[in-house]
Amino acid sequence: MSPALLHRSEHRSRRFNPDRDVEEWKGAYVPYDLVKEFLIALVVVSLLVVLLSVLFSSPDDRPVTLGSWSRADPVDFATTAQTELANTSGTATYGPPYNTTPGSAQSIGVFTPEHWLGVHHPIDTSNDFVLGPLGTLTNQPKLAAALHAYRSASPAQRAAWNDAYAKAVAKASAQGGSLTVPSGPYGPVGVLVGSLTTMAQSGALDGALLSSHQFYGTDYTKPLLFIADGSYLSNLASKQHLSGDQWGMMNETGSYPGQAWLWLYTLWYQVPPMNSSSNGDLEVWAIMMGLTAVLVLLPVIPGLRSIPRWSRVYKIIWRQHYRETA
Amino acid sequence: MSIDTEHDDLSQKNAGGLPQDAGQWTAKLRRSAVEAFPPDRLMPDRQPAYVASWIYVFGVITLAALVVVIATGSVLAIFGPSWWHTSSTGLFVNSLHLWSVEVFFFAMIIHLWGKFFMAAWRGKRRATWVTGVVSFVVSVGAAFTGYLSQQNFDSQWISTQAKDGINSTGAGALFNVTNFGQMLMWHIMLLPLVVVALVGLHVLLVRRRGVVPPFAVGAQAKVGDAAVEVGADDVGEERLDDEDAASEKVEERS
Repeated sequence: MSPALLHRSEHRSRRFNPDRDVEEWKGAYVPYDLVKEFLIALVVVSLLVVLLSVLFSSPDDRPVTLGSWSRADPVDFATTAQTELANTSGTATYGPPYNTTPGSAQSIGVFTPEHWLGVHHPIDTSNDFVLGPLGTLTNQPKLAAALHAYRSASPAQRAAWNDAYAKAVAKASAQGGSLTVPSGPYGPVGVLVGSLTTMAQSGALDGALLSSHQFYGTDYTKPLLFIADGSYLSNLASKQHLSGDQWGMMNETGSYPGQAWLWLYTLWYQVPPMNSSSNGDLEVWAIMMGLTAVLVLLPVIPGLRSIPRWSRVYKIIWRQHYRETA
Repeated sequence: MSIDTEHDDLSQKNAGGLPQDAGQWTAKLRRSAVEAFPPDRLMPDRQPAYVASWIYVFGVITLAALVVVIATGSVLAIFGPSWWHTSSTGLFVNSLHLWSVEVFFFAMIIHLWGKFFMAAWRGKRRATWVTGVVSFVVSVGAAFTGYLSQQNFDSQWISTQAKDGINSTGAGALFNVTNFGQMLMWHIMLLPLVVVALVGLHVLLVRRRGVVPPFAVGAQAKVGDAAVEVGADDVGEERLDDEDAASEKVEERS
């Protein structure tokens, strides 16, 4: 077979589908200066951006530190610190990728992707957030004795101390940053949490959690998770209309537009069953991944790809063309 | 200087008078590029008369905003991530960066909706649509990592909230949104590279296939009215389309 014949044999004909095919344009061509258009757009966008920046600037609220939190709300800090010590906090019971907690991973049927890669950022809150940092403090005999007593106690004894302290700290008060916890049978836990609160208020705990492995630290996972376990951060966020039921992270502090393009992702967190489901995050992500796939593959999905033709919005877009060719 | 006879047999010579090696990878690549993008297709000074709507402006506004995003982000990168927290000039540059991102997404989303209602994938333009949508998705990731890299209350809150969604997919093991260093690298290096590459490819595809023509008048009743030729280079693309494959007939035309 000659190359020309082979080439022709590879040609096929098929029925015209207006949602897939176009007729070759045989009409007029008009001058269109792409470079000029781009440069004008660049100047206009630059001026608009300068104007918006002059008028509205950008938000930059100071971050919460363990130091600022423990000074502003020592009761909340101490309450959270006790849950970290007892391994009952949100982080302690999170599951992958921080630790192994049976039944904590989100799933859809047998689909549990959190288990696929397992624990990649191991965190034992009792040791990493409380006992380890306290162990770096020297020349404090009372603290050293409390650490020894807690470490050498049985799990049942520790649990009893922690339960007693949890009840006591619920009635705690703070005066000028100083924590006052009613007395109770909580053994060394009072000294441990009190010392950690003092350490946090001095700013030393922020450094201890960040630099536990290296001098040049850029991984804020531990201090962030510790802070997020408390109520202080979420209370501040609620005041800034940033909590989950306030369309959450698509917003920014102040009245800035934030990540408005995440509206659809955030929408699913507002509606049932995702807004109350223990698997809500995974369900929302599954929906969004499915919708993204649909958007990417739209040109080959029968029915959906016909919506533009059915909607007739194109008649507005190309109204000049249709007027001239009518 | 003598040239060996084997190369002398080749009829074409390049601008320097040296022979072209038709089988050379460089020569093949150049030939393919010139065939796909002759100068008047790559930078045309004429467009079909139907390219006459404000909706077309939003594609070029998206490109212009991307240039401003990259320029302002580069200035922030030059002075480091802490600069804008302590310098009024830095804060202004950060504001330029923020607002250019807002303009970028505003224009991009209108561009996307416009192209949807034009069914801009028609006429072998599926790859143009796909690269556009993927550019949008990757841009969302680039902006998201930017919000995580701000080192302020917003980045703290967004990272501690977003971790639950990312972790639920299993991706949190590799993509740790509470790791500032990792997020900064993704934001200023990896994702911008991907966005620029995708947008570049998208623009090249627009130039390759041109701007999609309007629906034919009476398109509602036009299904099956005309035969459409499908060349060998379209076969891979057409296999995506099960519905059309069923109605397709292959015929010899000699």
